[in-house]
Amino acid sequence: MTTRADHPKTRQVFEYAPGSEYLDDPVQGELMHLNVGPQHPATHGVLRLEVDLDGETMHNVVPVVGYLHRGKEKTCETLGWHKFFPHTDRLDYVQPLLNNTAYALACEELAGIEVPERGQVVRVLLMEISRIAAHLIYLGTTAIDLGAVSIFFATFKEREKIYTLLDAYSGHRMNNTYIRIGGVFADVEESVAQLFDEFLDQFPAAIDGFETFLTGNRIWHDRNRDVGVITREDALAWALTGPNLRGSGVERDLRKVRPYSGYETYDFEVPVGTVGDCYDRYLVRIEEMRQSTRIAKQALARLATTKGADVIAEDRRYVLPPKDRVHSSMEELIYQFKVVTDLRLPKGEAYHAVESSKGELGFYVVSDGSSNPVRCHIRGPGLYNVQAIPLLAEGRLFSDMMAIIGSLDFVMGEVDR
Amino acid sequence: MSSHHTPAHVAGHTASKARADGLLAAFEPRPVATRCGTPSYVVAREVVHDALAALRAGGYEVLSFITAVDRLSIADGRVPQGRARFLLVHQIEVLDTAEAVRVETELTEADATAPTVTDLWPGASFMEREVYDMFGIRFDGHPNLTRLLMPDGYGHHPLRKEFPHQGIEPDRLYREWDERRRAQDPSVPPEEQAPSPFQRR
Repeated sequence: MTTRADHPKTRQVFEYAPGSEYLDDPVQGELMHLNVGPQHPATHGVLRLEVDLDGETMHNVVPVVGYLHRGKEKTCETLGWHKFFPHTDRLDYVQPLLNNTAYALACEELAGIEVPERGQVVRVLLMEISRIAAHLIYLGTTAIDLGAVSIFFATFKEREKIYTLLDAYSGHRMNNTYIRIGGVFADVEESVAQLFDEFLDQFPAAIDGFETFLTGNRIWHDRNRDVGVITREDALAWALTGPNLRGSGVERDLRKVRPYSGYETYDFEVPVGTVGDCYDRYLVRIEEMRQSTRIAKQALARLATTKGADVIAEDRRYVLPPKDRVHSSMEELIYQFKVVTDLRLPKGEAYHAVESSKGELGFYVVSDGSSNPVRCHIRGPGLYNVQAIPLLAEGRLFSDMMAIIGSLDFVMGEVDR
Repeated sequence: MSSHHTPAHVAGHTASKARADGLLAAFEPRPVATRCGTPSYVVAREVVHDALAALRAGGYEVLSFITAVDRLSIADGRVPQGRARFLLVHQIEVLDTAEAVRVETELTEADATAPTVTDLWPGASFMEREVYDMFGIRFDGHPNLTRLLMPDGYGHHPLRKEFPHQGIEPDRLYREWDERRRAQDPSVPPEEQAPSPFQRR
């Protein structure tokens, strides 16, 4: 039996390939400078990387960001508190409702607003659905970058259902902007809650389907196991948060550590990894989708018991009046006008962070009592995930770069702001 | 108190205040009231690095964010009486409890420099580069203090209050490139004929 090396065809290729004399003697010490991006499908947006290559091995990886910088923080200072909401959608545009909620919570912290019970439940439902949608994007795009094409369609089939759900709820497929200071813009109607319920009932089976594609797949293991390993200490020192931190075995989830919106009353678990490689981060996200489904189911059960309750606070200094009353009452119309054009939050500073699909998403807001914020700092997890790329990639083969970028999971809209 | 002030939050703030008070005692901290209840202290620039190192050794091992606030008033172009123009803010947290602390430093416009904390948290690198890019605050000892979001060679710090929202000379870098290009090759059409990518349509 001939082995592959001395098969006549192989010999022929080796003998006639130009430059084949160098195959046993790779060029040593001479680095090739390679520019990746900003326009490259595998960099998940407009990320640019400058890489020095020795053969296939990466040295000196330098991420260059800022190609999508739109000055969101400056825009917040100019527009004012209320009108900034649509801009938060466009930060991490795969999970707009989570971004809305993070900003609303910071503003509520500043103004000391109490959100009604049902409003918090609706927010939790929407946040968990957004988390599932964001993790589906991670799963589909990372797998397609590593050559697994079919799973991309399976994940986007589920994501399409979420779009349809959010369309039924808010009338928008993307960029919903349905969270307001003090609560949510509209209640989840019973018919819409029914749709959510149907989706959540079939979704665990869909996750099992994704796992049959990947979890035991030999190629997936080869491309992800022991690739992009980050230790517990490094992950903390490099300010990683979210699934990237938990993949390294750190059990830190803001929903447990600093619960908000009533998360302390929901029953769920925080998955952690052991090794801190790309495969662990994949497993953590898969399990997070299951746990999100669990939380969303509990939220739906609570919605069924609190029908008809308020979903937005009654505080007319800071909170929009409900639309039906605006259309029938002169006074409410004036309040609506005041909140939209000239909302003044009390003087002071506040920071509130939520556990977004990528990690700690927080807003640090400073007010001087006027209608223009003094400062609105967006602490997004994405920038620090990008910062960690060199740490994970240097010394590894260039083909591992796609696995590492995919598993760190960032969206450039939030990285560049 | 808002509804996300759960017992866990309140307990975290109380515990954090006790812990940070003890760790910061040597650095003459001035407590600041915050709306969210997180204990917050102003310390002098000379001791901010040591103060953060002491806090890190005392259990605050998570760096949440570093940012700055420009207190220049847009209305009269002045800084409020008795305050420095910039406030540099570090927020650090305890890993598995709700304890967090904010350490703030006043920096004047004439001498807007602060010590880097990249030796304590390597992840502070991008945070400090962003503050430098946006506010022009320099960090002593930073291994690579270059602009992060704005292009290299950009002449302004956009989050300073005097910087207008619509921008300053958005096509300056393009025009300079175009002039260099035409100086090298006079046969290319002048700028008026070459459509600018920044031109309003």
